[in-house]
Amino acid sequence: MNTLPQASSFAPDVDHLFDALLLLCGLVVVGVFAAMIFFCVRYRRGSAAERMPARAHLGVELTWTLLPFVLFMGIFGWSVHLWIRLRTPPKDAQPIYVVAKQWMWKVQHPDGAREIDTLHVPVGRPIRLVMTSQDVIHSFYVPAFRVKQDVLPDRYTELWFTATQAGTFNLFCAEFCGTDHSRMHGEVIVMAPADYARWLQAHAGIGLAAQGERLFRQFGCSGCHDPQSGVHAPDLYDLYGHTVPLSDGSQVLADERYLQDSILLPKKQIAAGYAPIMPSFQGRIGAEDVLALVAYLKTRTHAAEDTDEHR
Amino acid sequence: MSTVERVPPPRSYLEEGYGLRSWLTTHDHKRIAILYALGITFFFFLGGLAAALVRLELVTPAGDLMSAETYNKAFTFHGVVMVWFFLIPSIPATLGNFLLPLMIGARDVAFPRLNLFSWYLYVGGGVFTLLCLLLGGVDTGWTFYTPFSTLFSTSHVLLAVVGVFIVGFSSIFTGLNFIVTIHTLRAPGMTWFRLPLFVWSMYAVALVMVLATPVLAMTLSLIALERLFGVGIFDPALGGDPVLFQHFFWFYSHPAVYIMILPAMGVVSELITAGARRRIFGYRFMVYAIIGIAVVGFLVWGHHMFVAGQSMYASIVFSILSFIIAVPSAIKVFNWTATLYRGDIGFDAPMLYALGFVGLFMLGGLTGLFLAATALDVNLTDTYFVVAHFHYIMVGGAVMAYLGGIHFWWPKITGRMYSEAWARFAAILMFFGFNLTFFPQYILGYEGMPRRYHEYLPQFQVWNVLSSAGATILGAAYLLPLFYLAWSLRHGARAGPNPWDARGLEWQTASPPPPHNFEQTPTVTEGPYAYR
Repeated sequence: MNTLPQASSFAPDVDHLFDALLLLCGLVVVGVFAAMIFFCVRYRRGSAAERMPARAHLGVELTWTLLPFVLFMGIFGWSVHLWIRLRTPPKDAQPIYVVAKQWMWKVQHPDGAREIDTLHVPVGRPIRLVMTSQDVIHSFYVPAFRVKQDVLPDRYTELWFTATQAGTFNLFCAEFCGTDHSRMHGEVIVMAPADYARWLQAHAGIGLAAQGERLFRQFGCSGCHDPQSGVHAPDLYDLYGHTVPLSDGSQVLADERYLQDSILLPKKQIAAGYAPIMPSFQGRIGAEDVLALVAYLKTRTHAAEDTDEHR
Repeated sequence: MSTVERVPPPRSYLEEGYGLRSWLTTHDHKRIAILYALGITFFFFLGGLAAALVRLELVTPAGDLMSAETYNKAFTFHGVVMVWFFLIPSIPATLGNFLLPLMIGARDVAFPRLNLFSWYLYVGGGVFTLLCLLLGGVDTGWTFYTPFSTLFSTSHVLLAVVGVFIVGFSSIFTGLNFIVTIHTLRAPGMTWFRLPLFVWSMYAVALVMVLATPVLAMTLSLIALERLFGVGIFDPALGGDPVLFQHFFWFYSHPAVYIMILPAMGVVSELITAGARRRIFGYRFMVYAIIGIAVVGFLVWGHHMFVAGQSMYASIVFSILSFIIAVPSAIKVFNWTATLYRGDIGFDAPMLYALGFVGLFMLGGLTGLFLAATALDVNLTDTYFVVAHFHYIMVGGAVMAYLGGIHFWWPKITGRMYSEAWARFAAILMFFGFNLTFFPQYILGYEGMPRRYHEYLPQFQVWNVLSSAGATILGAAYLLPLFYLAWSLRHGARAGPNPWDARGLEWQTASPPPPHNFEQTPTVTEGPYAYR
């Protein structure tokens, strides 16, 4: 019936319910349409069909009141049964922590592994996501698993699933969260348990643009621009080479010049969705240092962060 | 040979005065209806333009036509305008205003001045909304979810909120006016169970407007308080609760869905009976269904929040109530279908719209069951499945019924007939354009495409292209009536009092009606739909 993979233990059950309801509704639609078309043809104006006066039909009314009611209650009961399962994680479910932020997913595994916009999980083991948001409401949605849960600021919400097949599946933000809502997507990577264990232990090591990164902290950039920051500022991930929407409705390509301007003349081009609160660093930072910072910003990608943080 | 004394025909309400002043200071419900129709038509095409931009952007997966910010503002503007400045006032404020007194045999509504004031409030709210647009727009979505709307959006949230706040009072006053009118101004013999179903639907919708809209006003005021003065109501950083906002908002906005669809059901009941020249099947059941929908409609708001962090048990209760409210809707569809049985069915344009309504409303209603089922809603909510579902109800349902009603009562309102061929063509084009636009969105949603996405994954492109193609056809179909209806004002054939051979009281007076509707107050001696 569907082209979506059924990649969690819920997926086949949800799809069965969907298909059953679809069949029921399909029968109703076909029945009503058939009756409408038949009446429209047979009793079209000028046809010779016999036309008796209308009468009250209490029995008919009660039939088509009670019959749908009973069928609806059946579907409701089936749905509630599944719903309670969806909302009740097993006690042995593995917790993984998710923090949402405009516009990224940050994931922290209990043993310290961290990743951004990806979530690695093993096949066959119940996973319980404990989620919160640093700013607005987001929603964690994995269509292949048939699961979704809003992620709220200052509050924890939960979502659980058991992945049933290895592969890479889309992760979307499903609750409108501002300018780059549609870019707040990522991937759930389901691995065989042994691969997952290896992944957790892996120490992928790449250097950052070391000097730039040091300056990034020294000048306090990280105070606002790090994902952990409480200040509402762009996180500068995957910025270089991408188009940035500006608050005046225009767009700009984030090249070296744009990055440099943004450090020295932050009021010149305000990224859409942000207040113009960044102070200018003109006169406080040397040209070479700016270059180093720009070099670091060019490497500041989620992919790099991902491997870096597990070094 | 007897001489017949020529009695001058009574002046119609249109001939009461021709100057701008005579319109802007009128207390005549029929003229106020026309004032509303002008405003509503303007906002419909403005909101439609925003939708066109959205559909155009979505032809390609990349966000290449406009920036994300502009896209977000476009769908927000589309939603705000279509919900509050088109759908909610559409049938009640135009057809309702025009027909309600005529249908119950009254000279006007109970409070004619308040009626005019309602229109000025509508215009006032519209001015703020246009101002908001001109100054750069708002990007929160029509739902104004907090804390995004209160602390994070840098767009003109307050202007939009003020516009909606004001227009809300317009609907409260219209509701109040209708309730009092129906209670006090029915003609002799017009008992409650002789009221046409359109009047019943106006009564139900008026109750919902009066009871639900104040909650919207309160909620919007709280947004303004938080945004302006940092009073912590919805923002957790200030000690508030963002989910509380959703409860408040949907407590109004779910009944608002019924504000939009109940009048459509009323219109369609009139159209089908006149088109099939048949009594409505199961009149009393239809009345109980209207009342049932209006009452239970207040108790289902939580079905918008199954994944919002609401308790599992609360969701179960909202789920069962949502299934229950589907029963009266089903009753209505079955009764409309049964009304055709042994009818004498003509296929004039209003009937085509009405039949189109029944089909589209049924598809929209049935897909609502998928969303009422908690376990399915988890996957489907906030995807294009929801977008398709509510457009089947709001556009396939409410807009089809509104246009069907406009065509049906056009001869009564203007005294002229439009081109039947063009009108049928537009109705059929609209039906196909609509399905091509919105049916692919069910599939998109089922395959997991979230709504409000400026960019999307390439795998979703085929269905998006089909949807945008459909939107082009739909847009053309919506433009057509502008031309042939305008043409009919000068060139249409004179309609006569009752061109459809219909039975309602409104057809017993001249077309267009005299200023006070009836030469003599009619006396009602039988129930509605005195066909066969």
